[in-house]
Amino acid sequence: MGKKVLVIEDEPNIIEAISFLLSRDGWEVTTHAKGHDAMEAVRQRQPDLIILDVMLPGKSGYDILAEIREDAAFAGTPVLMLTARGQTRDREQAERAGADHYMTKPFSNADMLAAVRALARA
Amino acid sequence: MPETLMIGTRIRETRMMRGIRQSDLARQAGISPSYLNLIEHNRRRIGGRTLLRLAGALGVEPSRLTEGAEPAVVSALREAASDSAQAERDRVEEFAARFPGWAGLLADLHRRTEALERIIDTLTDRLAHDPFLEDSLHEVISAVTAIRATAAILVETEALEPEWQARFHRNINEDAARLTEGAQALVRYLEAAPDRDADLAVPQDEMHAALAARGHHFPELEAPGAQPEEVARLVAREARDGLSAPAQALLGAVLRRYLEDARALPLPMLRAAIAQHGTEPDRLARATGADLARVFRRLATLPEDLVGPVGLVICDASGTLIFRKPIEGFAIPRLTGACPLWPLYQAMAQPLAPLRCRVRQAARGAATVQALAVASPAGPGGFDRPAPLQGHMLLRPDPGEAGGEARRLGVSCRICPLADCDARRETSILSEGF
Repeated sequence: MGKKVLVIEDEPNIIEAISFLLSRDGWEVTTHAKGHDAMEAVRQRQPDLIILDVMLPGKSGYDILAEIREDAAFAGTPVLMLTARGQTRDREQAERAGADHYMTKPFSNADMLAAVRALARA
Repeated sequence: MPETLMIGTRIRETRMMRGIRQSDLARQAGISPSYLNLIEHNRRRIGGRTLLRLAGALGVEPSRLTEGAEPAVVSALREAASDSAQAERDRVEEFAARFPGWAGLLADLHRRTEALERIIDTLTDRLAHDPFLEDSLHEVISAVTAIRATAAILVETEALEPEWQARFHRNINEDAARLTEGAQALVRYLEAAPDRDADLAVPQDEMHAALAARGHHFPELEAPGAQPEEVARLVAREARDGLSAPAQALLGAVLRRYLEDARALPLPMLRAAIAQHGTEPDRLARATGADLARVFRRLATLPEDLVGPVGLVICDASGTLIFRKPIEGFAIPRLTGACPLWPLYQAMAQPLAPLRCRVRQAARGAATVQALAVASPAGPGGFDRPAPLQGHMLLRPDPGEAGGEARRLGVSCRICPLADCDARRETSILSEGF
C-alpha cells in the first residue's frame, strides 16, 4: 500500500482528477469536501500528506491549516495548498499559516505530481 | 534662492508681463535704468520708498512684490516634485514667484491627480472585495481547473480504460457548461454593474426603473383634459421616493412627451383604431393621422392586454439610447455601444423611410422578434438650427416566417460572438477572454 494523501477540496470534478492522478502514481487517496469538520477527517485518516483548498464551505483552508499545525500529531505533515488566487499576499498568507507548498488554480497535472513527490521526499 | 532676493525677479516678471520697458519704469520710479537693472537681477536690496514707487508704477500692491508665492502652491509643488527626478527642487520658490499662473496650474493638477488616484484606489478596492465578482471568478476558475486537469489526464494517460474515459468526458462536458454559465454571469454583471450600486446608478437607469415600476403606463396622463401639472405631480411623487434630481429632469421630459402623445392620440381613439385596424403601426398611423414615431411611443405605453408585449428603443442622432423599454428575448445595452447592425441605426441613415424586419440576437436567451424602425426629426427645427434626428425602433413578438428571414445581429460588440462581422468595433470578450 502506498502513502496516504488526503485531498480536502469541494469541487467534485477536481477531486476526481486529482484522485485519479495520484492513485495512478501509487498514492492511497482519500477525499473530504467540507471545511468545518476537515480536522476530524485528518485525525481519522492519518494522512502522510494533505492537499488543502483555500476556499471551502464552512471554514477557510487557512483556518484548517492552523488547526493542523496546532495538533502535535500533524504539525509536521506536509500540506500543499490550492487557491484560485496567485497574488503575492495570498502566497505569503499560505506560508505564514504553515503551508509547505502553494499552487495556484488552474495548475498543470505535471506540476501537481512533481510538488506532491517533492513533499513526500522531504 | 532666499526670499528677500526674489523681489527683483518679481519686479522684472511683472514689468515684462505689462509690456513696460526697463527705462520707462525706471523713469516713473525716479531711479536710473542701471540701478533698476541691478534690482531686477536681485543684486540690490530694496525697500521703503523705491519699492512703493516701483509697485505704484507697475500698478500692483507692494506686498505682491515682497511676499513670496502662496505657501499652499509652494507646498503642493514640493509634493509634486518629490516623485520626480527631473524637477529642480531647489528652485521651487523661484518658479512659483516667476510664473504664479503656471505654478498654480501645476499645483492644481497635482492635487487633482491625487484626488483621482484616491478614487481609483477606492474603486479598485471595491472591485477586489465585491462578493458577486469573487464568487463568479471562483466558479470560473474552479471549472477551468477541473477542465484542465481532466483534459490533461485524457490526453496524457496511455491506454485509459473506457469507463474512465467516459467519466472524464462527462466531467469535461459538465464543467464546460458551468464555465459558460459563470463567464456569461460575469459579463452580464460587468455590463450592468452600475445598476447594482445606487452610488453609481446613472440618472437614465433611475428614470427607466421608475417607468418600469409603473409598467410604462400612466392613467393620470391618459385622462381627458390631463394638464402638465399632472406630470409635475408624478415627478414629485417619484422624488419623494428617492429619485435623484437629474433623473427627475429626465422623467419629466419623457412624461411631458407622453402627455403630448396622449393628447394627440387619446386612448379611446386609439382603442377604436386598434379594434378596426389591428396593432400594425403603419395602419394605425394612416387611420389616425399621427406620425409613426408617435404611434410607436403610444403602443409602448398601452397595457399589454390591449397590444401584447411591445418593446421600444429610442436613440438620438449620436446613436445613444435615450429610452429603452425591453421585450423578452431582445437585450438592450444601457446607454451606448449597441450593435450597429440594429435596424434602428439603418433607419437613421434614411430618415423618414420606415424599416421592418425580423431580427435575432446572437446571445443567450435571445428570441426572434419583429423590429420596426423609423428616424424622424425631434421637434420643428428652423433654417438656422435643423431639428436633431431621433430613431425609434419598436420591438414585437415574432410574426413568423411570413415576416422574412431573421437577421442575425448582436447586443453589443463586447459580448457578441458573431464572427466575420463588418460592423465590429471591438473584440468580443466571449471569443477572446474565455
